[in-house]
Amino acid sequence: MRWNKIGAIVKKDLLEVKGNRAVWIPVLVVPLLISVLLPLSLILIPTQMDISPQVLASDSDLRRFVEQMPAPLKASLEGLDEFQNLIVLMLGYFFAPFFLIFPLMFTTVIAAESFAGERERKTIEALLYTPASDQELFTGKLLAALFPAVSLTWFTFLLYTLVVNAASYPVFGRLWFPLPGWYPLIFWVTPALALLGVGATVLISARSQTFMGAYQTSASLVVLVLALFFGQVSGVLYFSVGVGMLVGLAFWVIALVLLALAVRSFNRAALLTAKKRS
Amino acid sequence: MQQNIVEVMDLIYDYGERPAVNGLTFSLRKGEALALLGPNGAGKTTTVRLLNGLFAPTSGKISVFGLEPFRQGDDVRSKTGVLTETPALYERLTARQNLDFFGCLADMPSVERGKRAEELLAFFGLHDRASEPVGAYSKGMKQRLALARTLLHRPPLLFLDEPTSGLDPEAARQVHALIENIRKENGQSVVLCTHNLAEAERLCDRVGVINRGRLLALGTPDELRKQVMPGLWLQVDLWSPLPQQVWRSLEGNPSVLEIARSGELTLRLLVSEQAAIPVLVTELARLGGQLLAVRPQPISLEDVYFALQEKDRQENVAEVHHALE
Repeated sequence: MRWNKIGAIVKKDLLEVKGNRAVWIPVLVVPLLISVLLPLSLILIPTQMDISPQVLASDSDLRRFVEQMPAPLKASLEGLDEFQNLIVLMLGYFFAPFFLIFPLMFTTVIAAESFAGERERKTIEALLYTPASDQELFTGKLLAALFPAVSLTWFTFLLYTLVVNAASYPVFGRLWFPLPGWYPLIFWVTPALALLGVGATVLISARSQTFMGAYQTSASLVVLVLALFFGQVSGVLYFSVGVGMLVGLAFWVIALVLLALAVRSFNRAALLTAKKRS
Repeated sequence: MQQNIVEVMDLIYDYGERPAVNGLTFSLRKGEALALLGPNGAGKTTTVRLLNGLFAPTSGKISVFGLEPFRQGDDVRSKTGVLTETPALYERLTARQNLDFFGCLADMPSVERGKRAEELLAFFGLHDRASEPVGAYSKGMKQRLALARTLLHRPPLLFLDEPTSGLDPEAARQVHALIENIRKENGQSVVLCTHNLAEAERLCDRVGVINRGRLLALGTPDELRKQVMPGLWLQVDLWSPLPQQVWRSLEGNPSVLEIARSGELTLRLLVSEQAAIPVLVTELARLGGQLLAVRPQPISLEDVYFALQEKDRQENVAEVHHALE
C-alpha cells in the first residue's frame, strides 16, 4: 500500500467534511451540549437556584439504581454527601453511555459523506479511474472517518473531564473524575465502536445512493447504544472496568466482522453498479 | 507499422439480463484517435470502464499497453486519463486542491504536480479563480477543469467522454485545438465517446459506430461511407420539367443508384462515384434536359450513422419477432 495516496485521500475527505456544514455542525454541537452544558447545568443550577440537593437525591429511580448497584461500585459512593452522591451517579455513571454514541455518530456521518456522498455527487467515478488500488481507496476513506471520530471522542472526554472537575470542585474539594470504569470505556470501547460505525456505514452506503439515506440508516446503530444506555439507567448494566473490557471485546469482534464484510463489498464494479434503493 | 496500444478481442460484458458489451473487437494504434459513436446506453461508457479495469470482462480479451486491465488496473490507469461524462469534481475543494489530489493519486511528485497544475490552469483560463471552491464555477469552467485533471499526469492514452459538452463555441474550439495539438506534439492516443458527429469526424482518424454493445461498423469516415452508403448524392436543379426520355435514361443508367424527386424542378440522384458525374450531366443535356445547377453532396457521417442505427433497429425488431415465434 502506498501511504502517500492514502494520506491524500484522508486529507481530501477531511477538507470535504470541513466544507459541509450538514456534517460538522452536529459533530460539534452535540458533544458540546453533552460535555459542557449538561454537566454545568446539573451542578450549577441546584446551587444557583437554591434547590436542596436532598430534594434531587430523593428521586425514587435514583434510589433504586443505587440499591441495585454491585457492592464494589456502591462502596465508591460511601462517605459522600447526598449532593456529591447525585453528581457522581449522574456525571460518573449515567452520562457514560453518551460517550458510546459519539464515535458512532461521528463515524456514521463522516463515512456516509465519504462513501455514499461521493456516489451521490458523482465524483466516485473520477476517483475510481485513478491508479489507486481498492485497498488504498478503502483504507484512506476508513481512516478519514475513523481518525476524526476517535480524536473528537477523546477530545470530548477531555473537555468533559475538565468541565466536571472544575464545576464540581467547590462541592468535592478535590478532583474525582474520571472513575476507573471510564478508562476502558474511552480507550477500548469507543475505538471499537468507531470501527463498527465505519464498517456498518460502508455496507449501508453500498446500497444507498444518497448521503442522507446512508446516514439515516447508519444512525439506527445508535439504537443499539441507547439500549445499553437504558440498561445503565435501570441498573442492569454498569460500566465497571471488567464490564467495559468485555463489552469492548464484543464490539471489537462485531466491528472486525463488519469491516471484513465491508472490505469484500468495496470494489470498483460494485461501487459503480449499485442499484438505487433510497 | 505502428504498434497497437489497445487490443480488444470478442469482448463481452454481461450486466443484468442483457450484455452491455457484446462481442467488441477493435484495436488502437499509438497516436491514433478513435471515436466511439452511439446513442445513450450503447455500451461506450462500459467499454471505457472495461479498458480501465473497473469491470472484469465476462469473456474475451483486452490488452492495454500489453497489460490486462482488470488484473493490472493500477498500472493501466497510471497510463490513461479519463474525462468522465460529468465533470466529477470535488465542489467544496478549490481547483488547485482538486488537481493536487488527483496528481498525488497519479504518483506525481509534489513540485511537478504544482507546476503542471499552474500550467493547465493558465491554459484553460482558470488561473484567476483557482483558489475558489469549484462549486461556484460555471458548467463550462467545470468542464475545463475536468479536462485539466485528465491531462494532468500526461497520460499517453486519453478517454474523452463528450469533451465539449457544456462548453461555449469558443471554448469548444479551444478544446478541439488542444486535442489536435496533444496528438501532434506528444503522440497521445485518444478514444473519444461522443454524440457529436462533426467533432468525431474532425478529431478522429477512425470511427466506430456502436449500439446495444455491438460494433456496427469501424473505419475511417471515408471507409464507412463507402461501406455503408456507397456513392454520393447529386442535387440537380432544373429550368423546366424533364422530358420522359430523360427519365427513362436515368432509370436505366447503371451509375445512378437511387432517384429522389423533390418537386417538379429538383431531383436528387445517388451516383456510384464522382467520375460518373460529368458523363451523366452530358447525357442529360444531350437528351434535352434543361439544367440550372448540379451540386454534388457528399454523404455525411451523420447519414452513415443513422443508416447504421436504422439497420440495427430493424435487425433488433426481427430478432424480437423471431424470439416470440
